[in-house]
Amino acid sequence: MVVARQDPAPPAASTSDNPTALSVRDLHAHYRVSHFGIRRDVRAVDGISFEVGRNEIYGLAGESSSGKSTLVKTIARAIRPPLFHVGGEVVFEFPDTGRFSLYELPEEDLARLRWRHLSYIMQASMSVLNPVRRVRHSFADFAFRHIGKRAPEFWALVAGHLERLHLSASVLDSYPHELSGGMRQRVTIALATVCRPDFVIADEPTTALDVVVQKGVLEMIREIQQQMGSSVLFVTHDMSVHAYLADRLGIMYAGRLVEEGPTREILLAPQHPYTRHLVASLPRIGDRSERHGLEGRPPSLAAPPPGCRFHPRCPLAMPICAQEVPPLEDAAPRHRVACHAVKRGSA
Amino acid sequence: MSAMPLLELRDVGRTFSAGIFSRRRVRAVAGVSFELAGDRPEVFAVIGESGSGKTTLARMILGAIAPTAGLILFRGRDLRSLRSSHDRLDFMRAVQPIFQNPFEAFNPLKRVDRYLYASARRFAAAAGIAEAERLADTALHQVGLTLAEVKGRFPHELSGGQLQRSAIARALISRPSLIVADEPVSMIDASLRMTVTNLFRSLRDQLGVSIVYITHDLATAYYVSDRIIIMRKGEVVERGDAAEVLRAPRHPYSILLKDSVLSIEGANGGDATPSHATT
Amino acid sequence: MFAVLGDLLRVNREFALGVLLTGIVVVVALASLFSPYPPLDVYVVPPDVPPGEGFLLGTTSRGQDVFWQLAEATRNTLLFGIAVAAISRVIALTVGLLAGYLGGAVDRILMSINDTFIVVPLFPILVLFYFVMRDRMSWAMLALVMACLGWAYDARLIRSVAMSLKTREFTRQAVFSGMSTWQIVTQEHLPYVLPIVFSTTLNNLNWSIGLEVTLSVLGFTDVNTPTIGGMVFWANQHTALVAGIWWWIAAPVVLIATLFIGLFLIAASVSEYIDPRSRLARIGAAK
Repeated sequence: MVVARQDPAPPAASTSDNPTALSVRDLHAHYRVSHFGIRRDVRAVDGISFEVGRNEIYGLAGESSSGKSTLVKTIARAIRPPLFHVGGEVVFEFPDTGRFSLYELPEEDLARLRWRHLSYIMQASMSVLNPVRRVRHSFADFAFRHIGKRAPEFWALVAGHLERLHLSASVLDSYPHELSGGMRQRVTIALATVCRPDFVIADEPTTALDVVVQKGVLEMIREIQQQMGSSVLFVTHDMSVHAYLADRLGIMYAGRLVEEGPTREILLAPQHPYTRHLVASLPRIGDRSERHGLEGRPPSLAAPPPGCRFHPRCPLAMPICAQEVPPLEDAAPRHRVACHAVKRGSA
Repeated sequence: MSAMPLLELRDVGRTFSAGIFSRRRVRAVAGVSFELAGDRPEVFAVIGESGSGKTTLARMILGAIAPTAGLILFRGRDLRSLRSSHDRLDFMRAVQPIFQNPFEAFNPLKRVDRYLYASARRFAAAAGIAEAERLADTALHQVGLTLAEVKGRFPHELSGGQLQRSAIARALISRPSLIVADEPVSMIDASLRMTVTNLFRSLRDQLGVSIVYITHDLATAYYVSDRIIIMRKGEVVERGDAAEVLRAPRHPYSILLKDSVLSIEGANGGDATPSHATT
Repeated sequence: MFAVLGDLLRVNREFALGVLLTGIVVVVALASLFSPYPPLDVYVVPPDVPPGEGFLLGTTSRGQDVFWQLAEATRNTLLFGIAVAAISRVIALTVGLLAGYLGGAVDRILMSINDTFIVVPLFPILVLFYFVMRDRMSWAMLALVMACLGWAYDARLIRSVAMSLKTREFTRQAVFSGMSTWQIVTQEHLPYVLPIVFSTTLNNLNWSIGLEVTLSVLGFTDVNTPTIGGMVFWANQHTALVAGIWWWIAAPVVLIATLFIGLFLIAASVSEYIDPRSRLARIGAAK
């Protein structure tokens, strides 16, 4: 079960022969806002397709209002009105369950899959842990049913799991408010992984934490992923976190995926003008050379610009960019880019 | 002794009582001293994580709360002696804040330009609306905006970068000599962050404004600041030239802080190794 | 806000019904401007005429036309409620906003006064007040006294909002833009509490009218000024129900019930739309 990824050499090979754990096909999700009968659709996820391999950490990057949080909510089927799944497929494939399409599944099957096969770590760890009960109760509420063992065995298993995450079993008897922010986030991660899920979705789990604590939590996520060999879909706006954690990276802009590839390639040789800019604007210790911000603002998702959504801010914009949506196409092996300028350059 | 320092903190401390009934007192800031020269503008970074007391320090420098120990002198004058509204106004003319969240820094129900005009009237003695608009436009030009872009707009109609730059322009109207910026870029997108950070450099170089830059982000601090102090639990643990301290920190906490900064150089290519091997 | 009310009228049924019922009452009140008889005169028409026969709602035992009497009474009662609501809103806003924004000693002093008014039992005070004032008790004085008794709860509510607004960054931005306390309170904070004021005004209107009717029916007010409660008082004095002059009591009762239901429907349907957050969502700021 524990499959460590030891072979660093050809990053291209390591996941291509890996079976797919998640494949998202042409996913659309809209916020339907209605005020006094006037309906407005905010197209927060607009035709996204990508795959996540088994035993892989896929990073999803994007700035505010890029739709990344909406995307993972839709993938987890944790959507509530006014957010609606409008079209497209979310297909998971796990060893124990086989293939299933999430939106064709009846509710009761979904409840069975949650936590056991698919778990979700949120930014606000406090909202998962019941604030007026000890942490122990949260574990009992969420995991006991799924693990299906008798109480003593269950608690032994939980204690063992906490130990693997370098947490003492005494946290079980604390109240959430007694734990520090970092500790709480670790407990949330422990809770989300105690059933050894095949797929973990993590939405900005470290954004509220200080850098020192953040690094510890990230280490823990990486370690547990390696121990369990599960897949992780990790969302944050912070590129340096992705650099540290993700195997592959998808960059979102205004509800669409604009570039996708191995993390190192994206960060060291970005192709899409937006990604290029994003990477170039990151300040580094030891380098004081002039860096520039990007003018303008992300488009409104209620009335996005036609064609490529980045074209109003793009330094390489051409007439075609305002007319045709650039498809997300291979620019290199395992590296997809949605840009007219890049396609033309490489052709 | 050369020129009078612009800002001088002598052993400044602040404690808060922990609750109504509790006798326990929480020490937010203790024994902080530093000095900004009056004749040489600089970007002075205060680095710390949450709970390090850096925001309390900022509020004390702005005169919003008084220190419980030590002395804060602005141009040689104790902040506690600024009691009359005339003195307060004079102080605010010279020392202006920039806040953390640009989306919160302007009343969402009001137009953004209103704050610029209010500053122009109160601090730059603008007589009429035309004069106030002229001053606002000048200040907005200094941050790379124009009045036309901001006039009549509500906060939600501007981007985070535009809002933060409008806030800086607002602060510049009174021609201050010191700007206290509390986490000014932590809430804006990375692609806009450098626009604001670059602005600090140009304010220092072109307008001669000193900036106290409070942040938890070592990389931007390295990028803009001249000197830094690193705070932990209300105390200064390390101080000095920004480049030197951040390149080779000495205090164990500073070292830990620097080691925790993730950089994109060590990017993964699907070959992750547990990091205790690398640190 | 007016655009919102317009939309509400079109979409929300409760609101439309509330506006309709309140509107009827307002029309009746406005009709008093065209009254052919001086409102205080008695025996201007034949007494005890049932509704219909030349008199829309009949006449009273005191020789007054019930409809015109009712119109006059409705106008006085409505004006009374509005006066109480307006005066008490001004007090509540001033106290609430200042206490919340200034804090410290100002807050402590204002809130101790506020709490005194909250715990004081209203009804006995008003009755006592009547016995002290007797004939000098006028409509305006009662309005003033009730306004002074009716602001305390809402001032606390406004204060709590002002306290949270004080810690927002835009308040600090306003301070460092050189705005005065008065400007900050009236321009920055007032728009946030106005929706609360709007809904509490409707509640206050209901409360003050209800209390006035109660006092009038019992005769603890200036019974010479025609009010809805005053009509019932006079009807009782003349044992109208025993004498079979039912229309004398029915008319004011139906009207006051209409007003209460109307105001209640408006208050209930509006409250969900006046939250500043939903207003922000409508102008497109929030998601």
